[in-house]
Order: sequence, then structure tokens, then C-alpha cells
Amino acid sequence: MKQPERLSVLKTYKLFVGGKFPRSESGRVYEVTTAKGQWLANAPLASRKDARDAVVAARKAFGGWSGATAYNRGQILYRVAEMLEGRRDQFVAEVTDGEGLSKAKATAQVDAAIDRWVWYAGWSDKTAQIAGSANPVAGPYFNLSSPEPTGVVALLAPQESSFLGLVSVIAPAIVTGNTAVVVASQKSPLPALSLAEVLATSDLPGGVVNILSGRTAEISAPLAAHQDVNAIDLAGADEALAKELEIAAADNLKRVLRPQAVDWVADPGTTRLLAFLETKTVWHPMGA
Amino acid sequence: MPTTVPAYGKEAAERLASMADVTADDRALRRFLHGLPGVDAVGLQARAATLGTRSIKTTAKAYAIDLAISMIDLTTLEGADTPGKVRSLCAKGINPDPTDRTAPQVAAICVYGDMVATAKEALKGSGIHVAAVATAFPSGRAALPVKLADTRDAVAAGADEIDMVIDRGAFLSGRYLGVFEEIRQVKDACVREDGTAAHLKVIFETGELQTYDNVRRASWLAMLAGADFIKTSTGKVAVNATPPVTLVLLEAVRDFRAAVGVQVGVKPAGGIRTSKDAIKYLVMVNETLGGEWLSPDWFRFGASSLLNDLLMQRQKLSTGRYSGPDYVTVD
Repeated sequence: MKQPERLSVLKTYKLFVGGKFPRSESGRVYEVTTAKGQWLANAPLASRKDARDAVVAARKAFGGWSGATAYNRGQILYRVAEMLEGRRDQFVAEVTDGEGLSKAKATAQVDAAIDRWVWYAGWSDKTAQIAGSANPVAGPYFNLSSPEPTGVVALLAPQESSFLGLVSVIAPAIVTGNTAVVVASQKSPLPALSLAEVLATSDLPGGVVNILSGRTAEISAPLAAHQDVNAIDLAGADEALAKELEIAAADNLKRVLRPQAVDWVADPGTTRLLAFLETKTVWHPMGA
Repeated sequence: MPTTVPAYGKEAAERLASMADVTADDRALRRFLHGLPGVDAVGLQARAATLGTRSIKTTAKAYAIDLAISMIDLTTLEGADTPGKVRSLCAKGINPDPTDRTAPQVAAICVYGDMVATAKEALKGSGIHVAAVATAFPSGRAALPVKLADTRDAVAAGADEIDMVIDRGAFLSGRYLGVFEEIRQVKDACVREDGTAAHLKVIFETGELQTYDNVRRASWLAMLAGADFIKTSTGKVAVNATPPVTLVLLEAVRDFRAAVGVQVGVKPAGGIRTSKDAIKYLVMVNETLGGEWLSPDWFRFGASSLLNDLLMQRQKLSTGRYSGPDYVTVD
């Protein structure tokens, strides 16, 4: 007798908010297709209320995450790389489908992304050395400046590089102690939604990274105007949207990282690492 | 149906006197309370859940938020309360949102008895009431003379409202008349020298009453004893106000008005932290008792953190931007 063909089990992709995997509050989904237009999956179409919930979760997580030792944060980022390594094939498949790359190119992208976690993990206890300073002052004081995390950061992930670009915006923001609300690439959000599953199993406290999928313009507008978001990275916004968001972000003086042409494969440098830091300066009497 | 009179005032006492036969002795009271129809727990929870699904938006939401703010008994009941903290809470109650003077003031400030004078002084001329918890709050475990002295002390210091706790131990062991008499005596202790009286809220601590039937019995017991308000919880135990429990209280108040013609207020307290929750309660009040109760005179929220959430929602409605905790006070 011929065995009946097995029906594959399709995955329900969900948002990642506060360490949990909710569906969109709006109940909406949208179709995600391959670069050639073939249906891949339904992804949640997040609404502004999901964005609001994500900000609340990120704010709640901020105290614990920014208060953790740099060493501990570095370990956790390294752990993310470890967990990704075990799921390389899944991400290679998702990147291949979503971005229409060859398997070899997609593998290179995923490997680079895993290495990037390790690279940024190493930075966790080294940012103070490059962004801080001991300042000479005219008086008997030690005058020390040290970098502190800005707070809740909204990250619009790059639209084209759906995985390497995504990792390249998340890792530098959180390694310094910020918490993040990420808007995944609108066209290919699946690697981002799968990354959430990795983050959830990497000792990363719930709420440190929150991932939303949907229409970038719809989700980013309330985030840019939100009074409880301290900074926004506009990597995934086109020129017109970026301008609009920057105006909205000016209201509570958010730090804004403007979109720029980035080669995600190249050495990332410290731009993104240092973009979401505040400098705290303390004066301490020298004593006798 | 007789015309309705408010629970405070002379007519209410006459109406209650018409029920004297059920409160004549312990057996009659027990027979009456146990004769109340049982609560259908599943139906109750389903009803409360259904009423929680109403969508209140735009202008209705703005109205509900302002109404909820005006119904708050802004509460601080900590061992660490200082006069300074009470004064800053009073300032917040008078002017909840310093950036928006159109925000209504709260209904009352709820403090421990020893802070009444401080609160009274800070609220002078604002019209905001001072509510004091009394009768060995929150446990209620003290001798009756101590409880009465506690009450008189708060009233003498100028409290406009007294929040008393019932003796749950006596209630659960079936000594209903003891609980009844205690409420009666505390009510008498609320009378000021000039003959006016502080309003009496009776707290059941529903989290300790075990069943919905007990909550319904406690509600009737307190209303028969002359409570002006019935209140769910102290906020000091694990389970505080929940929508189903509050619905039992609201239904008891509705039935009491139908039977005796006395209007009693309701105050859920503890665990109400978001605007969404508060609005659900308002829907429940409107659907169970009607618009008459949608006023700070007849419905209150016992809360502290709720006010900040309401203010953030209010700011969202007026500016179109989500607000954050940086734009309300830390208290």
C-alpha cells in the first residue's frame, strides 16, 4: 500500500512582546511572499496598540537590563550567537526565500550575523573605555565621564537586509543596556520573527527586545511620537517617512539616527554602538 | 417601589427601621441572610466578562476618563507615610495634571487616622473629602472600644468619610448579629458634635470571604446596619476588587434599593490600575444600577496608581501621542 503524503505543519508567526509571543491585538495578518511572489506565511500585522504595549514592556525591562553588569550582558549576547548556531539552517532557508539570494550567499549572511552577535558581545564592557573619559579640570577633582544607556530605543530594521541588517541594528542598541522595540522588515519579516524564538531562549530577560511585524509606516508613527521612547533608529525608513518621523520625534527630543547607506557585510564600526548613549559626568574631590 | 432616599440622612434610618424584624436577633438575621438567593457563580463571571468587552472610544472615553478621575479616592496606606507624603498626595488630588488645568480633581484622599489633620489642612477649600480608615484597619482584629475610639478620633480630626473593616472572623463563624451591631456602633461613632455625621464605608475584604454568597450576605448585612457605601477590599490582601465581586455588590445595592428604597454607594478598591479596568467598572455600574450611580457621590475607586494611568490616557487623547511615566508624578 502506498503511504499517504504527509501534510506539513505550518508555523503561525507571532509578535514578540515582553518575552511572550502574542498575536497582534488587532487580529490582523498579512501575506509574506518570496522575492518571486510565492506565498510563504502569514505574519501578524501589528497595530499602534501593539507598539504601545511593546514600549510598556521595554520600559519595564529597562531597569533590570541597564542595571545588569556589562559582563553579564556580554555573556547573554554571546549566548544568542550560540543558540543561532544551532538553527543556522532555518535562518538560511528564511533568508534565501525572503531575499531571493542563492543558498551560498544566504549562508554567508547568516554566518556574518552570528559573528556579529559575538563581535558586539565583546563590546559590552569596553564601551566605557572608548566613550568615557577622565577629564582634566581646574580644581582638585576627579572628573569622570561615563556612557549610560539612553533608554527605550525604537529600531526600524533595514528593509532589504532582513537578517544581517536586523542583527546589526539590534545588537549594538541592547549591548550597552538599552531596551528595544524593533519594527521588522515589512517585506520579509520572517527572520526577525524567528529570531524572537532564539532571543526567548537565550537568557535575555523578557521585554529587552520586542519585535513587531507589519507596515513600517503604520507602526513607526506612534513610536516616533511616543513620549516614553527615548531614541529612534530610522534605518528602515525611506526618505519621506524618515523626515516625517524625525519631525514627530523632535517633540520629546528623541535621539534620532538618520537612515544612511550601509554595507551590512562590512565591519560595522562603533557608530551604532555609540549612537544610543548618554554621557554622565561626575565630580569627585581628590582628597589630600 | 418606594421613592429612593440616600443612605445618609434621617429618612434612611426610618426605612431601615421597617426592616427591624429581620435584624431583631441573631436567628432572624441568619434566616434572612441565608434566605437570600444564591449567586450563580458561572453566570456572574460570564456577565462581568461580557460587560468588560464593551468598546468605549473617543468622546465617550474622554468622558469616562474624567468621570473616573473624579471618582478616585486617592489612597496612601503605608506604614511609611509621612506628613510630607500626605501633603504631596493632597496637592496631586487637587490638581492631578499640572500641565492641564482642565483635569478634574479627585473625590477624596484616603489616609490612616493619624494623617487626617494633615490632609484636612492641605485640602482646605478644595472641596475634596478626607477619608480615614478606622477600626483597626486592615485586619479589624481589635476590641470594639478600641475600634470605636479609632473612629471617633478620626472624625474629631475632621474626617469626612470613615472606611471601616468588618470583623471577618465573626462573619465567617456565623456571628452575623455581632458584625451588624459593630457596624451600627461605628456608624453612631461617626456622628460629629454638631449632629452631622461622617459618611461610613464598610469594607468586606472580599478576598477573605471565600464565596460569592458570602459577599452578597455581607453586602445586605452592612446595608441593613446603615452603611452609606460598601467597599470590596482593603488592598492589603492577595485578592482585591475583581469585576465579578464588584458586580455582586452592585446587584445587592440594586436589590436593596428595590426592597427598602435606600440608595447606597459602592467602592471597589485594590488592584484597579489601568484606565481600561476603570472604564469596565463604569460600564458595569451603568448597566447594573443606571446613570444615577455614575457620580462620585455613589461610586468610588479606591486606588493610587490608577490616577497616573488615567492621566496618561487623558494626555494621549488631548495630544494624540502616547504619554509616558515621565509626564506624571512619581508617588
